[in-house]
Amino acid sequence: MTSVDQVVLARALFGTSLGFHIIFASLGVGIPLMIVIAEIASIITKNKDYHIMAARWTKAFAVLLGVAIPSGTIVGVQLALLWPGFMEIVGQVISLPFQIEIYAFFLEALFMSIYVYAADRLSNIARLISVILVAFGASASAVLITDASAWMNTPAGFRLENGQVVDVDPWAAVFNPSFFTAATHVLLSAYATGAFAIGAVAAYKLLRNQASKLEKAFHQKALTLALIVGFLASFLTALNGHEAAQELHEYQPLKLAAAEGLFETMDYAPLAIGGFVDPETEEVKYGIEIPYMLSWLAEGRFDAEVKGLNEFPREYWPPAYTHTLFNLMVGIGSLLIVISAIGLFMFFFMKKPFPKWMLWLFVLCGPLAMVGIETGWIFSCSGRQPWTIYFMQTTDEAATTATGLGLVMVGFVSLYIVLGIAVILILLSFFKRRPLLKDLSTKGEIQ
Amino acid sequence: MSDSTIAVLLLWSFIFIYSIAGSVDFGAGFWSMVYSNDRYTRAGKIANRYLSPSWEVTNVFLVLLVVTLYSFFPYAAFSLGTVLLIPASFILILLAIRSAFMVFAYAASKYFKVLRWVSGITGLLIPGLLVSVIPITLGGFIGGGEEGHYLLLEKFLMSPMVYAYIAFGLASELFLSALLLGDYALEAGEEATYQIYRRNAIFLGPMALVAAIFTTLTMQYEAQWIFENIQKEWSLFVFSLVFFLIGYSALWWPKKGNKELLGYPRIAVVSVVIQYGFATFAFGRAHLPYLIYPNRTIENSITNSTLFHELLISYIVGTLILLPGFVYFWFLFMKDRNYLRQD
Ligand code: HDD
Ligand code: HEM
Ligand code: HEM
Repeated sequence: MTSVDQVVLARALFGTSLGFHIIFASLGVGIPLMIVIAEIASIITKNKDYHIMAARWTKAFAVLLGVAIPSGTIVGVQLALLWPGFMEIVGQVISLPFQIEIYAFFLEALFMSIYVYAADRLSNIARLISVILVAFGASASAVLITDASAWMNTPAGFRLENGQVVDVDPWAAVFNPSFFTAATHVLLSAYATGAFAIGAVAAYKLLRNQASKLEKAFHQKALTLALIVGFLASFLTALNGHEAAQELHEYQPLKLAAAEGLFETMDYAPLAIGGFVDPETEEVKYGIEIPYMLSWLAEGRFDAEVKGLNEFPREYWPPAYTHTLFNLMVGIGSLLIVISAIGLFMFFFMKKPFPKWMLWLFVLCGPLAMVGIETGWIFSCSGRQPWTIYFMQTTDEAATTATGLGLVMVGFVSLYIVLGIAVILILLSFFKRRPLLKDLSTKGEIQ
Repeated sequence: MSDSTIAVLLLWSFIFIYSIAGSVDFGAGFWSMVYSNDRYTRAGKIANRYLSPSWEVTNVFLVLLVVTLYSFFPYAAFSLGTVLLIPASFILILLAIRSAFMVFAYAASKYFKVLRWVSGITGLLIPGLLVSVIPITLGGFIGGGEEGHYLLLEKFLMSPMVYAYIAFGLASELFLSALLLGDYALEAGEEATYQIYRRNAIFLGPMALVAAIFTTLTMQYEAQWIFENIQKEWSLFVFSLVFFLIGYSALWWPKKGNKELLGYPRIAVVSVVIQYGFATFAFGRAHLPYLIYPNRTIENSITNSTLFHELLISYIVGTLILLPGFVYFWFLFMKDRNYLRQD
């Protein structure tokens, strides 16, 4: 048995590491897709702006990878350092996706280098294929790691008998019930985030008055591309998120009850938006209730029965803040759809430059999408508490017994602060030194 | 062959591949720092030219190593995970600083010197620290009973054997990277740069050898069991030594038609890699049947055979799919003179 503080520290440290990694990882999934699209646009339109776009985004992406890769390596090793009990089961049931993921990493790393350092020696088609393979590798690694997380939420492919793993079926574990929905959701939300991040930069540049006409045209193109991809991806994210919620209803009713702050099991269940869950008084304070809506969302019928928290022993309840996390994610998802839809409407039908306030909204969308990713993951992982493998292994059974976690925590948090600040400074300094105007006035040959 | 034998063979092969690729990677980072001043720019540039496209790929080998360990031997991963919390965290932090700052250095010429310096130094340390994990598996540094192991940190820090391993890791890193960069420079047609790295390799080769012998001797006192097993593998170590001598002497073999230019670095690299191959294999055999002495053997740590066979199949399929990618990569960055000679 591990002490409570020990487990809390391990959770805090692991959550911090993942929260840091996911920023760079999501951009690492989303930006390559944008680069592919820009490369294709450049081949189709023969407009060199798109080529410059692809090259500049690649530079930013290469810098971000410099943080994504080591932080991912950290997370991968920390799994074994902080959750040895968990990894013992992983190694007997669900190591396939971890291992196949290595091949996705190789694919991405090989073709990333080829795309960046051999670009001048490649034909247009070879360059396009390379960057498609980079994007494919990044997406595949996201799908595969999400598989492991989905399996923790809806474990399959084994049984526990007296603490021993038996009846292992590796592929049943890989194709666990929530795999497809979760993987799709992670991919779509990462694509949305990559697009909105790029849109945010473009919008910010458009806001600055000293930009020349040439530059404005360039940024406008980038923004339009970002809005199209962002709108499609966030719309699909929401559709698929709805499916994910229905799966919660089926496989993780306790998590859904916590997400909605529903205490009593009922049909015609209302949907609670906003507010705070108070486990003492068993109600959602300061929230808005939409009658019948939750039942309808869960099964498509108003009279569907939705399980409440009181159906389960109190010690199995996830933390009350999961409600807030879930609301934030869904709220942000809805906002992103609305803002990008209005933006596209204005662009295609009103054909006037965007007003300032609209541009500021686009700038806001970048960080908002990132908050959506963060809250979504923290919701998924915290909503599983106190289980690491849902109703199979508790978090304190999984945690390490090693001492010295406090020190380790200080080390890693300092590291993330240093890297976080450094990466921003480096990106700013790099693009200051390489003004867009210079790229635009050359033939599009970019090093 | 039994599952556990195949598994441990694969694991040691990956350790071998990473020990070479990682040494060259971190070593190249160090050399590019050493030669970043104006007088030696060519030598620094060659190191960078090797490093830029390859460091990500090398890093994946490290991840591969970790994942192989916990997917093949989950029970050993359990013990190691607990014991290694502090040392592995330390290595991870250094690794993150090294990789990130190295990438940052390319992007920001303003801070180039500082960033290069930090990543060079941290990179220099990492192989030595990684190698220091091996003595932990030899027994004597793990305290506690069945429930909960922990690292005897003080004993670890006071152990001559541990420092011998670190010295060996350092010397190997510098030797291997100097050798390979020398070959790389010659492939690029830069003879002056080749001479610089050749000189380094000539100096470092014997250092690595002495460190290896010294490490073996310290094991006599701190890990008697493996010292005895190593003696049983003497024939393999003799092969290893022979290949060292071939490789080392190849640095002096006169070239046909060019009296000025001594040495065949390609032969030197290949022989020395074979040397390390024999030594790794021999050491790995001496280490068996233990993964972590004395509790964890390969037999009692291996995963179930159902999963093991699926893993094996996916290794084979994955390797076949990726092989063309690796070959293409090799031709673009290790052979293509347009790449090697650009400025
Ligand atoms: C930009 C990010 C983003 C946005 C806009 C949304 N999501 Fe999400 N959501 C994620 C990013 C995310 C995520 C980070 O990708 C998660 C965490 C774990 C996972 O599999 O995906 C996630 C998990 C997640 C889960 C939990 C699955 C589980 O724990 O098993 C549900 C039920 C939803 N989402 C539902 C939605 C709905 C109904 C949305 C409506 C708009 C929505 N998400 C928008
Ligand atoms: C427990 C969770 C995770 C682990 C153990 C993990 C592990 C890793 C590792 C080891 C790397 C470095 C790979 C290399 O050396 O090239 C990495 C990078 C990366 N990870 Fe994560 N990761 C996790 C979560 C995620 C998630 C949720 C996503 C996607 C949404 C993601 C996407 C990526 C991407 C895109 C990279 C970029 C580098 C590359 O693919 O080479 N990771 N991760
Ligand atoms: C990258 C995005 C992710 C974030 C931000 C994230 C966040 C978190 C947080 C905050 C916790 C602590 C939970 C709590 O104490 O309330 C946690 C736990 C955990 N997560 Fe995730 N997670 C992510 C992805 C993943 C993935 C992909 C995996 C699967 C391999 C995973 C595996 C775990 C494990 C093993 C724990 C510890 C045991 C537990 O608390 O259940 N996480 N994560």
